[in-house]
Amino acid sequence: MTEPCLKVSDLHVMYDLGSNGFGKRKRLHAVNGASFEIAAGETLGLVGESGSGKSTIGLSIMRLIEPWSGKVTLGGTDVTGVGRKDVRTLRRRMQMVFQDPYSSLNPSMTVEQLLEEPLIIHRDLPKAERSAMVGQMLESVGLHAGYAVRYPHEFSGGQRQRIAIARAMILHPELVVLDEPVSALDVSTQSQILNLLKAIQAGSGTAFLLVAHDLAVVRLMSPNVAVMYLGEIVEAGPSGRVYDAPAHPYTAALISAVPFPDPERQRTATRIILKGDLPSPLNPPSGCRFRTRCPFAMEICAKETPPAVPVEGGGTAACHLHAHGPKLAGRSLMPFIKERLAGG
Amino acid sequence: MSDNTPLLDIKGLTVQYPSPAGWLTVVDNVSFSVGRNDIVCVVGESGSGKSVTTQAAVGLVQPKGGRVTAGSVMFDGQELIGASNRTLNRIRGDSIGFIFQEPMSSLNPAYTVGEQIAEVVRRHRGASRADAWKQAVAALDRVHIASAATRAHAYPHQFSGGMRQRVMIAMAIACGPKLLIADEPTTALDVTIQARILEVLKELQRELGMSVLFITHDLGVVAEIARSVVVMYGAQVVESAPADQLFAAPRHPYTAGLLEAMPQVALERGHDPIAIPGTVAQAHAWPKGCRFNPRCVHRQDGPCTGEPVPLVPDGGGLVRCARAGEWQQGVAAR
Repeated sequence: MTEPCLKVSDLHVMYDLGSNGFGKRKRLHAVNGASFEIAAGETLGLVGESGSGKSTIGLSIMRLIEPWSGKVTLGGTDVTGVGRKDVRTLRRRMQMVFQDPYSSLNPSMTVEQLLEEPLIIHRDLPKAERSAMVGQMLESVGLHAGYAVRYPHEFSGGQRQRIAIARAMILHPELVVLDEPVSALDVSTQSQILNLLKAIQAGSGTAFLLVAHDLAVVRLMSPNVAVMYLGEIVEAGPSGRVYDAPAHPYTAALISAVPFPDPERQRTATRIILKGDLPSPLNPPSGCRFRTRCPFAMEICAKETPPAVPVEGGGTAACHLHAHGPKLAGRSLMPFIKERLAGG
Repeated sequence: MSDNTPLLDIKGLTVQYPSPAGWLTVVDNVSFSVGRNDIVCVVGESGSGKSVTTQAAVGLVQPKGGRVTAGSVMFDGQELIGASNRTLNRIRGDSIGFIFQEPMSSLNPAYTVGEQIAEVVRRHRGASRADAWKQAVAALDRVHIASAATRAHAYPHQFSGGMRQRVMIAMAIACGPKLLIADEPTTALDVTIQARILEVLKELQRELGMSVLFITHDLGVVAEIARSVVVMYGAQVVESAPADQLFAAPRHPYTAGLLEAMPQVALERGHDPIAIPGTVAQAHAWPKGCRFNPRCVHRQDGPCTGEPVPLVPDGGGLVRCARAGEWQQGVAAR
């Protein structure tokens, strides 16, 4: 097997919330043992709601947040083990695009300066060559090369996100972490950016880690997806399988909650409405973290953490329903859910 | 009032805001109505004028420096444009309830949620403290806040985002309004929480027999909740129709474009989303003719780029397109 572009093993991230004054330090376990791989040139979608830890994973892969434990390798190079200085050279190989193109671009720099900066830091090139690369890069994200002299405020949100993508891509990185790249944009411009990202990936062979809350965006962009809940990956696998035959109740609820733009279909859709709210990550539920909102919670769910079991059609799901209760043994949850909902 | 007059009837509403370049028209001759027992969605992107339209209808643009230059808003037989602040204050919060996108900034952090809801009831209904408190608890119960009697004593920061939005809904419905105006009430919430809020809103609408004017940018949410839909672009209504009809056969290229740009729809049809080219039209430079024409794949020089395009009846709805009923053939031929 060839080396994956990105390999994440048992990643834990803690946020230190300081001492309570009696010497006991409070820590928030934001990511609790995440493992996944991304093949070269592929996209993995990391989907979840606010507080699920999906953005934290992206940031800690980039070492913008220091992981607590676990290992991240980029094309075989250890990312977690290197010193802070060496991280900088690694950034040539991995870049990031943030959600808000209004705050991620320095307003006092021209587009040329913004795109040139990574080249100045990481490559030793004469000015003329740098300018040529900036022009080419702008064209490849659908902007005129002449825009190089302008400032970020002269652009719309969608155009700014193009600039942010150009800045991330100009060093031809192996991996780009896309953190909610379209959620700040208007609906009509979102799909422009999604199509652009697909085209760029087809041309460059860059792998993407796409962090997003929008399930449709993730499915459209990623052949593989990982679903997060309260700091843990609860289900992962090929997108088609995960979306059409979810094996974890949270995945099923998440998919059923997204309204489809067709009133007829909405009236007849199977809906799993979750009770309650996301529990505090400072004090997560025992056993399965989803059990407090799960419509199918059993006794064992409070006692034991469910192991990730293989699922028919690919991937894994961490849910007791597969070994206990209906003993689904890796099958889709949907027939079981429909039966339960029909039975009241 | 007879029951077939609309509850809210907006006619020719025009709103301007000041800018360094002079007054900008951000709502341009907007007309639509909300019937009794009705759910109407106004859908549009940022800058379409959807929020300002409803704010202007209830006298909330003047305090922000804007002005209503034309139009009429009849609510339950009463003209709201030009009505005194006293009249508007009596109506707002009583027969018209509001919920907004950010529940935290709409709630006072220094008072318990029970006190805040009871305050609304006391002010509008002249209820005694004890009665108002009872009604506040009942309202919290209606929006499915568990153990409402206890939770009424809690402060806003002790609630999660989704629960705060339910508290806002409780406050909005505490006086039994005839109309609930909901401005992007689920945009800041996660999808599973959004699903619950929409359920609660639909249930309340049915049980209380009120009407809902729902403002959103999300066509999925529209399909979930709307009976009829008003689509706005560039400060104007570009299409309005019953929800089923609008989704089955959109009559404006912008509506069709918004649907085709949605990743969900693209996935369903098995191709990449079809993006609408260009960027959203802005108030300081409305395009000539049809305001959508620079982005429209069906544009024809002349009819689309010359005179302003009127809103005309088409099928069971209204459409503002110079090539209405004609551009669809172009799509079929593709």
